[in-house]
Order: sequence, then structure tokens, then C-alpha cells
Amino acid sequence: MQITAAIKSLFLKEFFGAFFLAFRYMLKPKPTINYPHEKNPQSPRYRGEHALRRYPNGEERCIACKLCEAICPAQAITIEAEPRGNDGTRRTTRYDIDMVKCIYCGFCQEACPVDAIVEGPNAEFATETREELYYDKQRLLDNGAMWEREIARNIAADAPYR
Amino acid sequence: MAKIIVDGIEVDVPAEYTLLQAAETAGKEIPRFCFHERLSVAGNCRMCLVEVKGGPPKPTASCAMSVKDLRPGPNGEPPEMFTNSPMVKKAREGVMEFLLINHPLDCPICDQGGECDLQDQALAFGRDRSRYTENKNAVENKYIGPLVKTEMTRCIQCTRCVRFTAEICGTSDMGNIGRGEDSEITTYLQSAMRSELQGNVTDLCPVGALLPRPQNFRARPWEYTKTPGVDVSDALGANIRIDTRGREVIRILPRINDAVNEEWISDKARQSVDGLKLQRLDRPYLRENGRLRPASWSEAFGAIAAKVQATSPDKTGFIGGDLSSVEDLFAAKALADKLGVKNIDARQDGAKLDPKNGRASYLFNASVEGIDAADALLIIGSNPRWESPVLNARIRRRWRAGDFHIAVIGEPHDLTYPYEHLGAGPDALAKVARGEGFGEVLAKAERPLILVGAGALAREDGAAIAALAAKLAVKGDWNGYSVLHTAASRVGALDIGFVPGEGGLTAAAMAKAGALDLLFLVGADEINVEPGAFVVYVGTHGDRGAHRADVILPGAAYTEKSGLYVNTEGRVQLTDRAGFPPGDAREDWAVFRALSAVLGKTLPFDSLAQLRALLNKAVPHMAQIDEIEKADAGALTKLPAGALSGAAFVSPITDFYLTNPIARASKVMAECSALAKGALKQAAE
Repeated sequence: MQITAAIKSLFLKEFFGAFFLAFRYMLKPKPTINYPHEKNPQSPRYRGEHALRRYPNGEERCIACKLCEAICPAQAITIEAEPRGNDGTRRTTRYDIDMVKCIYCGFCQEACPVDAIVEGPNAEFATETREELYYDKQRLLDNGAMWEREIARNIAADAPYR
Repeated sequence: MAKIIVDGIEVDVPAEYTLLQAAETAGKEIPRFCFHERLSVAGNCRMCLVEVKGGPPKPTASCAMSVKDLRPGPNGEPPEMFTNSPMVKKAREGVMEFLLINHPLDCPICDQGGECDLQDQALAFGRDRSRYTENKNAVENKYIGPLVKTEMTRCIQCTRCVRFTAEICGTSDMGNIGRGEDSEITTYLQSAMRSELQGNVTDLCPVGALLPRPQNFRARPWEYTKTPGVDVSDALGANIRIDTRGREVIRILPRINDAVNEEWISDKARQSVDGLKLQRLDRPYLRENGRLRPASWSEAFGAIAAKVQATSPDKTGFIGGDLSSVEDLFAAKALADKLGVKNIDARQDGAKLDPKNGRASYLFNASVEGIDAADALLIIGSNPRWESPVLNARIRRRWRAGDFHIAVIGEPHDLTYPYEHLGAGPDALAKVARGEGFGEVLAKAERPLILVGAGALAREDGAAIAALAAKLAVKGDWNGYSVLHTAASRVGALDIGFVPGEGGLTAAAMAKAGALDLLFLVGADEINVEPGAFVVYVGTHGDRGAHRADVILPGAAYTEKSGLYVNTEGRVQLTDRAGFPPGDAREDWAVFRALSAVLGKTLPFDSLAQLRALLNKAVPHMAQIDEIEKADAGALTKLPAGALSGAAFVSPITDFYLTNPIARASKVMAECSALAKGALKQAAE
């Protein structure tokens, strides 16, 4: 043992090993990206900012079943429901997500029977104040309108695996 | 008794037990939809199939076959049944698959979701996937009244609701029309149900076909905080579960108590909950220049203190309300005693009941369970269907058991069971007392039940009628003299002696103009106080008492305080706090305690526990929760007789749905009341 160790140290094996490793990486392409001008590829299952979706005809998908509220491990979702005035269908009058409490586990979108609440691809929603992270129903529906194309594409891409 | 082996466990059960009951005795659960303990056996859902040895060689509906129907083995071994054999598993999966063929998959928008028998049993006993790809059946929704919303596509035709309305309510409102795939549950020509117990069908329905309309889409069952309580809408004291979401009471459900309400509650008990939010008094008010203005507690107390100092005790009075708990009345009485006031009374309707005649003179002595044992019934001046619908259902159940003679003296109402109408007034009672006509039936009866209502007692000759009725009721150990009160607080008030002291005025006399200078209304809304007196109202709703008041002190409703209520049979029951009173409102006893300190007559308790300790010392049976302290029947023979007037008995309840301030504030009750009066056109949705 001592002889092999002595030979290694005599011929500077570790020194040359490290030297060649550094040299090899020098020739490879750089992994560092120039964020925010460049971005990494993203999985269709990426769990980012929440959004409430609508059907193509403009009707909101959410039916106030409260399964997302029930399953939320951080209890970040608060829902109040009532029959809607014009047609008596089951709708939410309040749908709040406390994005500070949220742990982005994605259980809400797994529980949703109508794909209404989803976690979209957006992760860039940092705010200056805490209050801006208390999302209400309007904010979530606006998110849905903004991200619908990407969300629909992600759901379609992931559909074969569900 | 018969022996049967359930999954290898030998049990000894009465021979008439069904297999389902025998399995339950052995601790085996059998799924069921149509079977219900308090309804007749229908046997149409087939979910309770089991395998039997010693019976037919095919799965058997365990709810419809009794233990005595099974043959013993060749060597006399007891018959065997299996609840977990492969045959049973296959049968259950098959039945569940058939049930789910036409049941929509709309659990996410169904209010029953989370407390649905079909959901639970599909998970426990069904297959994990569907093989059915054809079209599903859809059924049109029916209008069956303002309390029950229908979603008839979800119906699995268990016919629990049909049997309930036919057997318990006695109105036969619902029925099944069509056959096979086309069978539908409906009311006759989609009319509203007519029973005062119709809300119970929403509890009975194992799926989401019949749902409570006022709670439509409001909350999920897992969101509720559940608090045991006692209903105060009538004197029966039905056991209820108060379901709150956040601070708001959403719904009220019955709790099972076989001695009181079995598992039913009246519609008023169930659906007047929205009245707990409307018309509430949430801060003190003070009348200035003829108008009420918001005030602080200290201002209000100051105004009362000035008035108390300026008024002599014999010009001061206290009237107790119908919904007050025993503690509230006890605190008010303690304050009255400290002030030296003799004018206290809780009998707003003027019932001639007095604790000094003995406790037996004002209790439902036969007890609610005793109705099942009675063999003849005379109803005097009462309409039990309106005064206590659940008690009426119990009378009806006794009548259905057979050999039960019923007669009524008073107004002839539809009581859901046939009776002999003897007359309208005391003359008919005098005739019965002489042993003529129905008197002979009572004389032959071993356990006659004499039900005396407020219509017979709340009148000038009430005491004489009570004395006459009591004579008919006592036979040996049996005391059938039974007063059906109309107010939840009444028996409690009489137990603690909330009645005029020596030389004190009764409630009716206190309400007269010029009788008093200062009057405290402890949630008293059923009495018309004539102008003159300075009125302090401690209560919950902007009702009659608050409109007349010069100072309003906001109190807590029955769901917002822990309190004792004594029901009409003398059973002491405790209700828990399910929420907090709105705004600045406080429990009534705390209001009186605070007021007493301002008046310099501090009451000797600082907490509810101390108050209860004092109460238990003064009235020992108040410590015996859920028990009836039996009253001495001997007191009934000493009731003072008197002259009878010729006037007919009139029930004090003219509108079942609007008997208390909570119900009068409720929109749902107003709708029911209008419908009952025929003012609303029945809309077929």
C-alpha cells in the first residue's frame, strides 16, 4: 500500500488528473446561461404560478367542488361557494390562494376534476410586498387568460402519461 | 332466541331479528341503501345481499329475511350466514355496478359529496372501474317544496323518502311512478310536501337526490365544526347538531336520542338557521326623542341605573322569554331578588301553571317514551302537529302500532292520524270527566295519556281544566297527565320559580298600561307591552320586544351560548356554544351580571361555572343532565278545582313557521309560512 501511494505521489498523479479534468471542461460548451435573456428548457409538468382556466367559450371551469381546498397540505386555498345568480350553477364567490403559504406541491391540480386550477409554467412572479402574493379569484383568472396557450400545450403534452 | 353463525361467530339473537340485525350483533357491517331502522323494510336496493347456508342457494337480501326463516343443519346445527364470501363480494359488486349505471358522475358538484352513502359504499364494496359505455338515464327535477332541492337523476329509487312521508309524517306526499328504468320519485303533480317534518328526507336520502335547498352549494361536510346542541323552537328539546363554518351557523341536523326525538327534527328547528344572521342586535341601543340610537354598554347601563334608582321595586318587573336558557332566567331572577322585585313571570301566554302546585302539575309526566306505552290518548286544547311535530310523529307511531284510541277536545286539526272529536270546549271535557263517551275508554285504559296543551291552560279557567284533566290521568304508578308546552324555556323557568312572588303581578298584568314604570324583557317577544313603562329589552333579534324597548341590550341566541334547557317532560339538557354572538352582544346572564355591578347590587357569580354551582344548589335536579327528575303524582290530586267557562279551546299557534323571533327573522321560514297559507303559487320548475 505504502509503495503504491509513494509512486502516486512521486509522479504527481492527482496533479495531472486534475489538470486534465480542467482541460477537458475547458473544451466543452458552457452550461451557464445568460438569464433572463436565455432560459433552460422546461418540463410540461413544471409547477409554477397558479392559474384558473376557462373553457374556450369563456365559461370558467371551476365548479367549487373544494377538492383543492381539502387536499392542500399548506391550507393555502380558501373557497366560498354559492349558486350563481343568473343560472344557479355551482360557482365560487371567492377563490384565494396565499402564494406565501403555498408549497407548490401540485396536489391542487391533481385533485381538480375539471383542470380548472393548474400550476402554469411561470415562475417569475416575485413581488415587492407580501400582500401582492395573496392571490384572489380575479388575479388567478387573469393568469389563466395570460398563460392559457402554454398551459393547454403542457397539459396536452403530458396527457399520454396520465 | 335463535342461534345463528355469522362468519364463524355464533350469536344468539331474537328469532324475529333480520339477518342484517344479526350480522350487526356479531359486529359485521352490511352495506345498505333502502334499509332504515325506523322505516319499514322495502328490500329493493339489493345492496345487503349475503350468502346463507340453510336457506336459498343464492344471495339473499339480509334486510328482508329473518333468522327464523333459515333452516338448521341436518344435525341441528344453527344456520350460517356469510358476509365476506366470494359470492357476497361478487353480488355486491354487481349490485353496485347496476346502481352506478344510471347514477351521474357529478360528485364534484353534488352537495352530498363527502357524506354520501353511495360514494362511501362504492369505494368500499364496488369495482374499481366501469364497464358501462352506453348513454345514461336522465330524470327531470321535481319541485317538492322550498326546503328540499331535487336532483332526480341521482336518485337510486331506495324509496326511503316515500316510506318516511307515508309512515312517519303521515302525509303520503311522495310516491314512485313508472316502472323499471322509467321509475321516478315525485310528489303528486309536483306539489310541495305538506309535512312539518319534510326536511328529514334530506338526511334520509342516501345519495344527493334530495338536498336541503337553503344550504345549496354552501359548504362541504368536512368544513363544518360540529357542536351538540338542543333545539329551542318547541318545548320537546330535540337533540341537534349545529354545523358551523367559520363563525356562521350553516345547518342544523338531528342527533339521535331515542328518548326525545329519535332522529327527526322539525323544519322550524332545521331551517330557521338563516334567522340567526338576520335582524340581529349587535350593539346596545338607547331611545332618545322617540328614536333608537346606537349606544355604548356604559351609556345603556347608565340610563338603566338612573331609571332603577328612580323606580320603586313594586313598579319594576321582569318578563322571561320563550327561548331563554335556565341560566339567563336564573341570573335575571337573582337580579330581581337583589332589587326586591316581586313582579317576575315567564308565562307570557298566561298559562295557569304554578310551581307551588307541585312539579307534576306542569310536566309531560308520561314522558315522551311513555307515549309508546300509553293505551288511550285524550288531547285537550292542543294541536301537537304544530306545537311539536316530532312528538306528533311519536303519537302517530303509537297509533300505527294499533289498539290506541285517540280523542281531541279543541280545534279539529289534521293530526295525521284519525281521532274522535269530542267537542270544542270545557263542556266536552266535563262530560269525559263524568265518565260518558270517551270517558269509558279512559276508565278502561290502564295507561291513559292526557295531553294538555297551551290552548287549554292559557286562559282564565286554565287551572280548573288542569285539575279536571289530572283526575283522568293517574292510575296506580302511571301518571299520564302531560302538559305540552309551547316554549322551550317554560319548564326551566317554572323549575327555578320564575313566577310572581308574594303579591307580584303576572306577565299579562305587567304588560298593561300604567302597571309598571320599569320593565325588563328577558328575550320576551310574544307579549304586547302597552305604552307607559320604560322597557329594557335583553335579547337577540329586532322583534316585537326590541321595537317597544327604550334600552336594548344585545344577547346571545341559543347557538351562541352554553346553556341548560328543560324540555316539556322535565329532561334537563345542555347545549354547547357553536359560535359567538355578533358584535358587542353577550350572553344574557353576563349582561345581568354586568348590570348588577353598575346598580351596586353585584350578583354572586363571575363565571358560568359559578352561576351553575349556585343554580345546582338552588335547584338540585339541574345538575342531572339528560335525566328526568320524576315528579310526585300525589300533587295532582290537590290541584284547585274551579268553575269552567264555555269558551272553546284555541291553540296559541296560528302559524307553525313563525313562532319565535329567530323563525320570524328567517327568510326560509317566511317562504314556508306563505306556502302553507296558500299565498305562493306552486311553481313547477
